[in-house]
Amino acid sequence: MLYREAGQFKASYQEDAQIFPIRQDRVGFIALLAFFFVVVPMIANQYWLQAILTPVLIFSLAALGLNILTGYAGQLSLGSAAFMAVGAFATYNFMLRIDGIPFLVAVVLGGLCAAGVGILFGLPSLRIKGFYLAVATLAAQFFIVWVLVKFPWFSNYSSSGVITAQEINILGFAFNTPETKYLLTLLVVTVLALAAKNMVRSTTGRKWMAVRDMDVAAEVIGIRLMRTKLQAFAVSSFYCGVAGALYAYTYLGTVEPEGFNLDLSFKILFMIIIGGVGSILGSFLGAAFIVLLPVFLNIFLHSFVGAALPPGFGSNLELMIFGGLIIFFLIVEPHGMARLWQIGKEKLRLWPFPH
Amino acid sequence: MKFSLRKSMVVGAAVTGLLATGYAAAQEQFVGLASYRVGPFGSNGASLYGGWIDYMQMVNERDGGVNGVKLTWEECETEYNNARGVECYERLKNRGATGNSVFQPLSTGITYSVLDRVAQDKIPMVTIGYGRTDAADGRVFPWVFPMITTYWSQASAIVNYIGSKEGGNEKLKGKKIALLFHDSAYGRESHAVLDKLAERYGYELTKIPVANPGNEQQAQWLQIRQLRPDYTILWGWGVMNPTALRTAARTGYPREKIVGVWWSGSEEDTIPAGDAAKGYVAAGFNPAGKNFPVVQDIQKHVYAKNRGNMEDKDRVGSVLYNRGVVHGIITVEAMRVAQEKFGKGKPLTGEQMRWGFENLKIDEKRLAALGASGFMPEMQITCEDHEGAGMVKFQQWDGAKWNVVSDWVKGDRQLVRGMIEESAAAYAKEKGITPRDCSKEM
Repeated sequence: MLYREAGQFKASYQEDAQIFPIRQDRVGFIALLAFFFVVVPMIANQYWLQAILTPVLIFSLAALGLNILTGYAGQLSLGSAAFMAVGAFATYNFMLRIDGIPFLVAVVLGGLCAAGVGILFGLPSLRIKGFYLAVATLAAQFFIVWVLVKFPWFSNYSSSGVITAQEINILGFAFNTPETKYLLTLLVVTVLALAAKNMVRSTTGRKWMAVRDMDVAAEVIGIRLMRTKLQAFAVSSFYCGVAGALYAYTYLGTVEPEGFNLDLSFKILFMIIIGGVGSILGSFLGAAFIVLLPVFLNIFLHSFVGAALPPGFGSNLELMIFGGLIIFFLIVEPHGMARLWQIGKEKLRLWPFPH
Repeated sequence: MKFSLRKSMVVGAAVTGLLATGYAAAQEQFVGLASYRVGPFGSNGASLYGGWIDYMQMVNERDGGVNGVKLTWEECETEYNNARGVECYERLKNRGATGNSVFQPLSTGITYSVLDRVAQDKIPMVTIGYGRTDAADGRVFPWVFPMITTYWSQASAIVNYIGSKEGGNEKLKGKKIALLFHDSAYGRESHAVLDKLAERYGYELTKIPVANPGNEQQAQWLQIRQLRPDYTILWGWGVMNPTALRTAARTGYPREKIVGVWWSGSEEDTIPAGDAAKGYVAAGFNPAGKNFPVVQDIQKHVYAKNRGNMEDKDRVGSVLYNRGVVHGIITVEAMRVAQEKFGKGKPLTGEQMRWGFENLKIDEKRLAALGASGFMPEMQITCEDHEGAGMVKFQQWDGAKWNVVSDWVKGDRQLVRGMIEESAAAYAKEKGITPRDCSKEM
C-alpha cells in the first residue's frame, strides 16, 4: 500500500538511471543515512559506537571489497585480510614518513598500495580459475603477513612488529572521540559504498559480470580479460586496503600483522556468502550478521543460562548455535540475506492484498 | 521463511535490555574477565581463568571478600580474537558499581588492541607474562602493568640458567645455543636480548624459525642435529611445543638440553608429547603442584563445596591453573593495597585500583601469609618499574609431573631495563607522550 511506485513516471534518462528509481527507496535511504549520521551519534553510547557499529562498518567495507572481486568479477580470493594489512601498514608508513600528510590522503595512498599488491597477486587469475585461484590468493595471505613480520622497516623497527596508529587530524580537527571516529568511518564507508554501487551499474561492473558469467563469451564480445580481471583485483584490494587502514586508525589503534590472518580472510568470505554474493547491500548485512551474532549470543547465554551451565559449555554452545544458524540461513536462502531483503520488498509491493 | 514480529521484538528487547542494565550493587568489586574457552588456545584459557576464578571464589568464601567487599565477575568470550577482545573490553568496562577494576586479556594481541583505550577509560591493564614488554616503563605507560616478568627478562634469565648449568656465565664462551622460535612477533621478542648477551658472553646463537602453527619441524631439527648445539631454547606456542619435543626425540637430541619458555612449559605441552618430554626443562614464574597452602585452601573452601570452576578437577594444580591463581592473588592484593589508602570496605574505581597496582608489594612474609611461599616470586611495583620481579623458576618434566629444579633465577635487570627504557622512550616520542615524573607521584 505504502510501497508502490504507481504514478511515478520517469521522464528523463537521468531519472531512469538513478540508483533508487522508486521514491520510497530514495526517501528510505536518505532517512537511513540521516539516522546513522545524526541520530546514532546522539543516542548511542561508547559501547555501541566503538565495539559494535565501527567494526561492522569496517568489515562491511572489507566485505564490499571482496564482493566486488568474488561476487561481481567471479574471482575467488582468500587474501582479503592480507590486503587489509597492506592498507593499514602502508597508511601507517605514509603518516610516519611524510611530514604533515593529510590523513585521508594517506588512507587513499594506503589503499592504492593495496591495489598495487592486489594486481600483482591477481596476475595468476589470467591462467587459473575457481578453487585453484583461491589457493593462489592464499599465497598472498601468507606471504604478505610474513613480509610484514620479516622486515622490521614496515613497523618502524618496533620490537614486537606492531604499529600504533598516529592521531587522526583533519584540517585541524582531531578525531579522537568515539563519536568522531565513528562518523569518519561512516563517511568513508558511505562514499566508497556509493562509488561501488555506481561502479557495478556502469560499464566497468557489466564487464566484470560478463567475465564472471562466462569469460570466453566475454572475450568474444570484445572485453579484454586481463584488464577487466586486474581492474577487479585492484578495486577490490583498494577497498580492503582502506578498510584495513580504518581498522587500524579508527577501530583498534594498535595492530599486529598476525591480526590479519587467514581466519579474518575466511570471516570476510563468510560475510559475503551469508550476506549475498554479488550484492552491495549483502556486504553490509553479512558483516553485521557475522560480527554481531556471536556477540549477542555471548551476552544472551551469559546472562540467561550462563550460571546454570559449566563455564566452558556456554562458549561452545555459542559456536554451535552460530554454526547452526549459518547452515539454516544457507538452506532457506542460498543467495544470502540480500535476497531475503529483495523477496521482502517484492512482498511489500503487494501488501496488504496479495493475489 | 517467516519471522514472527512479536517474537523478534521480544528477543530484541531482551538483548537491548541486557546491554543497558548495569549490575548495580554496593560493596561489590567487579572484575571483568575477557576469557577464552574455545578456539585454538581454549584449553589454556580454561585452566588459567579457572584458577583465577577459583581464587576469587575462595576469597569470597573464606574471608567474605576483600575487607568485606565481595568480588563479582563476569566472563566474556574472546576466542583469542582481537576484535572480540575489544568488544569484551567495551562491554565489561562500565559493569559493576565502580566499573571494571582491571583488564587482563591473556592475549598479547588484545593487549595491543586496547592499549590506548585503557588510558582513556582509566582502567588498569595487567598483563602477567605476555603483552608489551616496554610497558614495564611506568613513566610512559601509567596504565599498563606487565607484571612479574617480561619476555626480555625471561630470555636473560634463561641464559643465566644455562650459564649456571655450565658453571658460570663466563663458561658460555664458544658454546652453541640454538633458539627454536615461533615465527611471529611473540617468537621474535627474544632476539634483541639474546643477541646482546651473545656479544657479551661469546656464545654462538643460531635462530631457527618455525612457521605457525609448527606441527611440522623435520627440517628444523635436522638443522639442529647438524649444528649440535649445547642447548636449545624452545620459544614455542601451542601445538609447536609437543611437536618439538617429539621431533627432538626422533632426531636423538637430548631433552635435558632443551630449555623452554613459560608458554612452552605446561602440562598441555608435555603430556601430548608422551615419553619424549621426559627430562625437558622449562621456565615459569609459578611452579605446578597442589601442595601449596593456597591451592589447598581452594580445594577446601571451593571444591569441597562443589563451587569450583574447573570441569576437569585433575587440572587443579597444573602450571596454567596455578598461573591463574597468581593472577587472582595479584588482583586481590592490589585491591587490599588500594583499600588501605582509599578506605577499607569500599569498592574501588579504576583509578584507585591503578594506585593499588603501582604500590603493590608482595614480600616473603606476605607470600607466607597468603600460603604462596615459593608459589610466585616476591615482587615490588613502583611508578618507574611496572615489572616488579623479573624472576623465573625452572622446572623439569619427569614424565608425569613438573619438578622444580632451580631457585628463582634473575635476569640481567640492568641490561633489560636499559632496553625497556630505550624502547619506551621511542614509543613516547612517536606518540608525543611526556613521561611522568615519578618523584611527583605519591
